[in-house]
Amino acid sequence: MTQNIIVIGAGMASGRALEHLFDAGADVNVTLFNAEPRGNYNRIMLSPVLAGDKTYQEIVTHDADWYEANGVTCRFGERVASVDRAAKTVTAENGDVLPYDKLIFGTGSNPFMIPLPGHDLDGVIAYRDLEDTELMMSMGPHNKVVVIGGGLLGLEAAAGMAARGVDVTVVHIMGHLMERQLDEAAGYLLRKALVDKGITVLCQANSKEILGKDGRVKALLLDDGTELPCDLLVMAVGIRPNIALAVDAGLAVGKGIHVDDQMLTSDESILAVGECVEHDGAIFGLVAPLYDQAKVAAQTIMGEEAAFVQKELSTKLKVTGCDLFSAGDFTDGEGREDIVFRDPGRGVYRRLVIENNVIVGTVMYGDTADSNWFFGLIRDKTDIADMRETVIFGPAYQGGAPVDPLAAVAALPRDAEICGCNGICKGTIVDAIEGGATDLGAVRAVTKASASCGTCTGLVEQVLAVSLGDDFVLSGAQPICGCTDLTHEDVRRMIKSQELKSMAAVWQECAWKTVDGCHVCRPALNYYLIADWPLEYLDDPQSRFINERKHANIQKDGTFSVVPRMWGGITTPDELRAIADAADKYDVPTVKVTGGQRIDLLGVKGEDLPDIWADLNAAGMVSGHAYSKGLRTVKTCVGTDHCRFGTQDSTGLGIKLEQALWGSWTPHKLKLGVSGCPRNCAEATCKDIGVVCVDSGFQIGIGGAAGMDVREIERLIDVETEEETMIVIKAMTQLYRENARYLDRIYKWMNKVGLDWIRERIADPAERATLAARFDLSQTVYQKDPWAEHVQQKAAIYRPVANLALEAAE
Amino acid sequence: MTDWTDIAALDDIPQRGARVVKTRDGCVAVFRTAADEVFALDNACPHKAGPLSEGIVHGAAVTCPLHNWVISLETGLVQGNDTGQVATYPARVEGGRILLDAAFLRARSAA
Repeated sequence: MTQNIIVIGAGMASGRALEHLFDAGADVNVTLFNAEPRGNYNRIMLSPVLAGDKTYQEIVTHDADWYEANGVTCRFGERVASVDRAAKTVTAENGDVLPYDKLIFGTGSNPFMIPLPGHDLDGVIAYRDLEDTELMMSMGPHNKVVVIGGGLLGLEAAAGMAARGVDVTVVHIMGHLMERQLDEAAGYLLRKALVDKGITVLCQANSKEILGKDGRVKALLLDDGTELPCDLLVMAVGIRPNIALAVDAGLAVGKGIHVDDQMLTSDESILAVGECVEHDGAIFGLVAPLYDQAKVAAQTIMGEEAAFVQKELSTKLKVTGCDLFSAGDFTDGEGREDIVFRDPGRGVYRRLVIENNVIVGTVMYGDTADSNWFFGLIRDKTDIADMRETVIFGPAYQGGAPVDPLAAVAALPRDAEICGCNGICKGTIVDAIEGGATDLGAVRAVTKASASCGTCTGLVEQVLAVSLGDDFVLSGAQPICGCTDLTHEDVRRMIKSQELKSMAAVWQECAWKTVDGCHVCRPALNYYLIADWPLEYLDDPQSRFINERKHANIQKDGTFSVVPRMWGGITTPDELRAIADAADKYDVPTVKVTGGQRIDLLGVKGEDLPDIWADLNAAGMVSGHAYSKGLRTVKTCVGTDHCRFGTQDSTGLGIKLEQALWGSWTPHKLKLGVSGCPRNCAEATCKDIGVVCVDSGFQIGIGGAAGMDVREIERLIDVETEEETMIVIKAMTQLYRENARYLDRIYKWMNKVGLDWIRERIADPAERATLAARFDLSQTVYQKDPWAEHVQQKAAIYRPVANLALEAAE
Repeated sequence: MTDWTDIAALDDIPQRGARVVKTRDGCVAVFRTAADEVFALDNACPHKAGPLSEGIVHGAAVTCPLHNWVISLETGLVQGNDTGQVATYPARVEGGRILLDAAFLRARSAA
């Protein structure tokens, strides 16, 4: 007997189900409703249409001839108004009532629109159907478009429009792109590829409001106040199963329409397939499981035994020409280890997550040729103990002898270029080595190879290893830590030359051997990125030592010390009263006068920090940064104000310097002193930067210390005015910030680069001015009172996240 | 018997960070890794009782802020050349919430 089948929705799953029915010669009479005014097309090919690589005609899966040949009654552009399950009829929008034996829901999904103010303006669209695609295709080189959402769909929309010359900005709320499919490192590579295509990518960006003019979108406003002008705004933040009609019909639903293994809903005459269904708690967006569902649904209708089984899923995608792959579970976890492979030169990243000698997950970027092999290892739970050393390199490297990593370098001809910046070939380097340059530093000095951007440092070392054989000792210079082979200087050079502006960028481009560094390298990298990219890089508190994360010095019992700033060591009775009140109020056990001319409140409980700061802020005081690798104090004597020997206003200059320099981060702590005459009561001559005032002006010296090493400053320059002193010291501080290794005080750094080199930079008025200007620019970002900021925005992190002591007392 | 207790949202703890939970018998540090896994350990380094919750989290390990001992979040074992172990407690994430086993924590205070 012929079955009357009504299908609601002409999507990829329902279309495939019909194909199975007709191919099997099922005795059916089909009516196909579709809200869109067209039949089945391959929705996942909309991106190539947008990019101009395909036309709509090419992605149509079923044309009019196909429907006619199979006797399908097409009701395109018509919605189904209601379903009467008791009578087994559907009612179309125009009132037609049609009976069914079997009803198939293929209602798909709706794009989720964030209910931002302005989301209903003209020009705010989703990326779902051909209409959306055509609107995006109408954009050209004169247009700006903002895409909200850095998932697959959003990025394809962005790339498609960028290919048409549109100025596209992607706004993504999470820290890295496609966070569900990729880890941070792969997300970084993807972002880089998109930026190379001219797309602007903003991560960790919160949308606040869509601004309009005359009812049409004008710009997107972010909650940090940034305004992104746009002619079109595409929201691609996710999809929700479209279950409205199923709910009205009284079918069982959760997130989607509930179906069993046979794709039957709670009504046995009604099936559902595709993005609208929920099976065993899961909903579906990728095409492979949808096709499986379609096949099972067709078999169920034909009375055959079939069951839909959810499979282990992998995602292999090409996002705008970038190959990426992820599978399994690639989160860290108990008993899990990582094997990481990075090839910065080719932009390749590969990570395997291993548990009990079995690969449980993988993320790959750039080279996914071996992805099926790895996916097989995950699916079959293969024991990889025997190939652990080489598994990361893929199937070609399994079995046989271990590969000698130097073989490739040994095989290079003499005229192979090693250092691109300086045009140095392998032969030149080999000659230098034979001439006695037997370590990296010597090769660099003789040939200039790897002396510019530093990208080829590893290659040069391999040439050394090949040439010297067993005599080769990997460069005497110590790498930063076990996470990398590179030195601090190598990494600083890379950060500048390759414009690395995020932690993930450094890890990838410098071939870090760990997933996210360690307590040694992370604070160093965070500092280098802050110092070199003040506007672009966002400070990462989680990569800072506790003192700088919580803006207080941790003591041996886990309490903290609090030191408010006293500009140039000058205070007032009101400030002292406020400090005394705070000490009383928070039971501070020890109050001590420091060597830097201010007052230390020792033994403050971590939970009390925001409150005591708020009290001190209220009295006009800010953090003294007594805990930071940054400007500490400017110690002064009383100078001409009171002293009969004073030659200049040393107190006033000290205050000006402290007010100019406070808040800046430096490689190590930075202490200044200003003495009003050569009697040097402020002990300026053992500070990192010291000023000694004389009748004729100001003598500025650097490189003093009074710690494990005691050193006197060496004279840098003499100037005549306070203004020149300020500029010299700003420029000096910036030179130190930009060039020294993390945790080197000025004197240590000076020993490496030489006082002459520093003096040449500072003595040159033009270079001095640009250094000072870069310092001022950085201060626009970093000169802010962290106490006030934490009181207002982060007070919660100082308290326990929960208190179970009360509950346990029951 | 386990008694999974909701203590906070996952987002209350920053990635590569930690917060403490007060219990009747001292604080437990709850860590969140870059991969959004959570771990609960005693908030005291076996060396000089440094507050581990204030350390730098890297991979599935934390470095004590006082003297840089590195402790595995998975096992509580001290890494490298130092020796020692910190007590660990069952913790998991469900629906964006962090759950600790309150029964386990109670047993700890009874011990």
